[in-house]
Amino acid sequence: MNETTLVSLSLFILFAPLAGFLFTVLSGKKLKSAYLFEIFTISLVLISSITVLFVKLAYYTDKSIVSEIGWIDLGIVPVLGKIAIELGVMIDNISAIMLFVVALISALVHYYSIEYMKGDKRYNRYFAYLGIFTFSMMGIVLTHNILMMYIFWELVGLSSYLLIGFWYEKKSASDAAKKAFIVNRIGDLGMFAGILIIFITYHTFTFSKIFESIAAGVLPFNSEFWLSMTGILLFCGAIGKSAQFPLHVWLPDAMEGPTPVSALIHAATMVAAGVYLVTRIFVMLTGDAMLFIAIIGALSAFIPATIALTQTDIKKVLAYSTISQLGYMIMALGVGAYAFGFFHLVTHAFFKAGLFLGSGSVIHSMHHEQDIMKMGGLKKKMPVTYWTFLIFSLAISGIPLSSGFLSKDGILASALSFGSLTGYYIFAVTGFLVALLTAFYMFRLLILTFHGEPKDHHKYEHAHESPLLMIAPLVTLAILSFFAFYTMNPFDAQKGWVLSKWVTTPASVVPESARYPFMVQSGEVNHAEIHGNITHSVQYTEAMHSAHYPAMFISLFVAILGIFIAYMFYSKKKIDTDKLAGSLGPVYKFSLNKWYFDEFYQAVFVNGTIGLTLVLNWFDKYIVDGIVNGSAALTRMFSSISGFFDTYVVDGLVNFTAYFSGFVGIILRKFQTGKVQTYLILTVFSVLIIVLMYVNYL
Amino acid sequence: MQSLPLLTIITFLPILGMFLVLFFPKNNEKLIKIFTLVITSVQVVVAGLIWSMYDYSLGGIFSRESFQFVEKVSWINISGISWLGTIKIDYFVGIDGLSAPMVLLTALICFIATLSSWNISHSLKGYFAMFLLLDAGMMGVFVSLDFFLFYVFWELMLLPMYFLIGIWGGPRKEYAAIKFFIYTLFGSVFILLAMIGLYLSVQEVGADGTKVFTFNMLSMMDPKLYTATGILSPLNPSNLRFIAWLGLFVGFAIKIPMFPFHTWLPDAHVEAPTPISVILAGVLLKMGTYGILRINYPIFPEITQQLAWWIAFFGMVNIVYGALVAMAQKDFKKLIAYSSVSHMGFVMLGMASLNSAGISGAILQMFNHGTITAMLFLIVGVIYDRAHTRGLYEFGGLANQMPVYTGFVTVAFFAAIGLPGLSGFISEAFVFLGAFSVDSIRTITVISTLGILLGAGYMLWTLQRVYLGELNPKWSTLKDLDFREYAMLVPLTVIVLLLGVFPSIMLDLMNSSVNTMVDFIIKNQPLFSNLTH
Amino acid sequence: MSNIGLNHFLIISSILFSLGIFGVVTRKNAVMVLMGIELILNAANINFVAFSAFGNFPLKGQMMALFVIVLAAAEAAIALAIVLNIYKNFNNVNVDEIDNLRE
Repeated sequence: MNETTLVSLSLFILFAPLAGFLFTVLSGKKLKSAYLFEIFTISLVLISSITVLFVKLAYYTDKSIVSEIGWIDLGIVPVLGKIAIELGVMIDNISAIMLFVVALISALVHYYSIEYMKGDKRYNRYFAYLGIFTFSMMGIVLTHNILMMYIFWELVGLSSYLLIGFWYEKKSASDAAKKAFIVNRIGDLGMFAGILIIFITYHTFTFSKIFESIAAGVLPFNSEFWLSMTGILLFCGAIGKSAQFPLHVWLPDAMEGPTPVSALIHAATMVAAGVYLVTRIFVMLTGDAMLFIAIIGALSAFIPATIALTQTDIKKVLAYSTISQLGYMIMALGVGAYAFGFFHLVTHAFFKAGLFLGSGSVIHSMHHEQDIMKMGGLKKKMPVTYWTFLIFSLAISGIPLSSGFLSKDGILASALSFGSLTGYYIFAVTGFLVALLTAFYMFRLLILTFHGEPKDHHKYEHAHESPLLMIAPLVTLAILSFFAFYTMNPFDAQKGWVLSKWVTTPASVVPESARYPFMVQSGEVNHAEIHGNITHSVQYTEAMHSAHYPAMFISLFVAILGIFIAYMFYSKKKIDTDKLAGSLGPVYKFSLNKWYFDEFYQAVFVNGTIGLTLVLNWFDKYIVDGIVNGSAALTRMFSSISGFFDTYVVDGLVNFTAYFSGFVGIILRKFQTGKVQTYLILTVFSVLIIVLMYVNYL
Repeated sequence: MQSLPLLTIITFLPILGMFLVLFFPKNNEKLIKIFTLVITSVQVVVAGLIWSMYDYSLGGIFSRESFQFVEKVSWINISGISWLGTIKIDYFVGIDGLSAPMVLLTALICFIATLSSWNISHSLKGYFAMFLLLDAGMMGVFVSLDFFLFYVFWELMLLPMYFLIGIWGGPRKEYAAIKFFIYTLFGSVFILLAMIGLYLSVQEVGADGTKVFTFNMLSMMDPKLYTATGILSPLNPSNLRFIAWLGLFVGFAIKIPMFPFHTWLPDAHVEAPTPISVILAGVLLKMGTYGILRINYPIFPEITQQLAWWIAFFGMVNIVYGALVAMAQKDFKKLIAYSSVSHMGFVMLGMASLNSAGISGAILQMFNHGTITAMLFLIVGVIYDRAHTRGLYEFGGLANQMPVYTGFVTVAFFAAIGLPGLSGFISEAFVFLGAFSVDSIRTITVISTLGILLGAGYMLWTLQRVYLGELNPKWSTLKDLDFREYAMLVPLTVIVLLLGVFPSIMLDLMNSSVNTMVDFIIKNQPLFSNLTH
Repeated sequence: MSNIGLNHFLIISSILFSLGIFGVVTRKNAVMVLMGIELILNAANINFVAFSAFGNFPLKGQMMALFVIVLAAAEAAIALAIVLNIYKNFNNVNVDEIDNLRE
């Protein structure tokens, strides 16, 4: 199979779900079985992605296949120079693996949903939305430039919005959808700013060209600081999409969506896109940027883990666990463990999707009961769900023989060696602590749900094992949670094919002075030996080597400890949890209320903005428009004054003349009696007066 | 075909239509409607014809040769006035990449607005006569290259608008109509003064070899044609070019509308009938930014350069302020009106960048905002026709009752938010790319990106309040879209999607002119300012 | 008091004149008004004759007096005819009520 076919196949993978979406959404109303088309396309996509995965890894292991076409071409323009934006796909190892992961989980969720969503009044619409989600996610995976990644990034946000708000009759669902979109947009703003910096510096969006320019010494605003800032700004997108601290608040609410959607979008794929983004820009991250990323990752790993301890909604526990695990991946990338970070993304995708689908199976059979305090004893009723759930829990807790052990151990070892090289042991400590918490809350969840006595007997009586279409995806994912798919050695992934051949750390392109000290390439490395891709110094390799066993033992110890405590608490009931909660009062409440993030954001940002809008609206209505209306009123006032003047003074003068004449007339009219005698008297008197005047004159 | 005066046809066809409408019998309403529809569809066809014959390589802006479909005949020619010499006004029309998208937009929006006028209830004859006159006025503004002609069309369009709002409007129609009219007229005064100042400063060589004053915009762009003593001549040391620029800017800014001159817009929109809101937001607002680009930019390049920061600043204020105020609205139409204020801010920000990406983004945003906002107002019109209310809090759950309609709403809302794949994104992205490239307005650009976030906020909130949730039982009898409403919304949706995926369709149309403009400003800016000193 | 001089005549005539005026002004009856006019004319006649006798105007005054007497006779005839006509039209000879002149 040649490269062109591979590209065409990947384009098929990209556009087939879109076709499925369009077909289903346009015909969904008339054609009751339109969803089958969507099922059919996703199956083809799955087959194609497996083909792409195998061909890519088998025949083009070290080659990244790029194909692009022009999209917008303004040519050479004054001031800015050349502006041309290409659309293109890039198939390298990680995108091929991601393609497979997304296609597989998406397909499994499609099949699972056939049963799970049965009877929903917008059944076809649901599958259409899954289609557009898959399309957008594939776009993120395949794209070769940052602008297109942003485009699909937003489209994924749209599909997430549509799916979270799928049951939009519920206010909580539409609230959650809105919150998810807007919180994501906050992160996207940062990412967009990063993209703007990239564009004005490099005049291109294509990853490879950007990296070439950085390697050639072109830096944003000619400073390493701004290179770091660019990396951090781009990473803001990941903070939003991967629900990292402080933008993690949308993910727990997103659980309002149908559970299979939570499995697909909010556990395995979309939220992992942030991690994927960091792997894509990994080579241009400076030491400062990576440290920032590691801190965010550590905080995001730790905070939600503490919250998950006290939650009682089965999906909320899993949601916080997802944030925590994503924090792990981000932290791994931040401490320079590129391969382990990505590896954990893949393994986590499988077992976390499995956990969500398992919880969906439970919720489905419990008639949409999500409170684990009302469950219990389901082990007997739902054996397959139980056993797969157990496997996933072991994997996420990092118990040997599971895939999770491999990736988690790798991350912890990297964090430990990072500590030994830089002195920042905090990441390793956080890592182990979170591992302990994870094991605890996962087994708390497992025990409360499946073990012990049923608490709600009515619902328990009706509980039943889910149908085959829901069980099969669980089993598939459970199988994929074993080590054997990634390496032959169940204790060390580094020698396995995934990490030694497929996912290797790419060479950093940032100036050496801006890298982590241990990532500076040391002279004695033999390039021919190691595929020409090395960013880690010899010290780092040595540190990794020496950190491997300590990390493994500590992580194993804390995982087992966590499981043991959970067992003591909830199965043996050695300690009364209610009493403990009571004695820990404020701490317990702090965790139960999710560290009051939502309340804080609501009070400061949401209410602040709404308050500001009200103030500005008042300002607009009464000040800005008030000035307009005021000047109108002023003009009217002037006009009425001049109107008054005109009516009463200017015209008054004219009228006065007339009135005066009239008045005089009225007076004179009195003499005009028509009586001869009156006239005569007047005449006589007049003559008398004249005579007297004459006499006087004389 | 080439010899047909297409621009004259597209401009005066509606006026012809108006006279014919006046002769129709008053009670034959169907005939009047259909006839107007025919006129506007012919206009769309002519616009399409113009587009198909348009040469993408020609730049326009300042040279007559690179304008297309040019027609120039002497219109008013009075000679022998002792102190003025000859008064010479030409009928001079032509289009370039700046006006071509606007001509297409005007034809399209007028067609859609005609369809949307089907429900107008009284005095149909007068309505459609006014409507066609308005159409001609708007088209004329976009094709005029003679300043006097431009001004005539500019004022011509005011009158029918006044009556359309004042007679066929809502409860406070008189207030809104008068506010609109007076406000715009207030701005026009400045434009008129600047126009006369320019006229008295520019002389071109007439047919008989003598120098005559001219209203020709292209001559005003040529620093060589200014007289030594003209009041707006760069040769005159005490020239008033700065003030003239401000005057023109204020005149145009009222139309955009730019903060703080924007308050006529919500009132006019709330009171205007749906089709007039569509035209108002779809075309009229663009005349402001178009005027700045067509007149302020090339005629006063040096002052434009000097004040670009302020254009960007007010653009930012429009974006953020408009979005915040929009969020506080309780009336659907008012919300859309303020969202227009916000979106027109992007146009100003893009313009202020003075580079190709920014100006392309600005013009594209003008076009996209025209189509998207038209859709939004049509959407409001659809529920207002059915429910006779526009209160955002009075609805809820319409998605269940009117699913197809809600589908269109979703597309329009997300286009307004700037979702990639829909047209709004490309123009906003270009605006930001262009503006961010300029050092002096980079901070402003970064603050402006808040508009994207706030836009998502108020749009999604509205979507939730009106369309999501449980259906308010009061509205359980509302019908989904009928055929006529499909006919209005489908073309706009197609355009929004098409331009989102293939923005080159529009970008290529304007690219050469935008480059010419940027080039022209850079080259002529020192020419104009050096003459001063 | 020895001689009767010009002044005595003039006083008589003024009294006569005043009585005439008084009659013309105060009487309602048109005929009485006419009689008042006669008194006024006769007051004038006395003046004429007195000035003629005492002044250096030989016979001229007497001539004028005769002329006035004739004129008065003619005037009385015409006036009475008018009064008769008024009576015919208005059925009344009260001058107060005959004020059509006003219009």
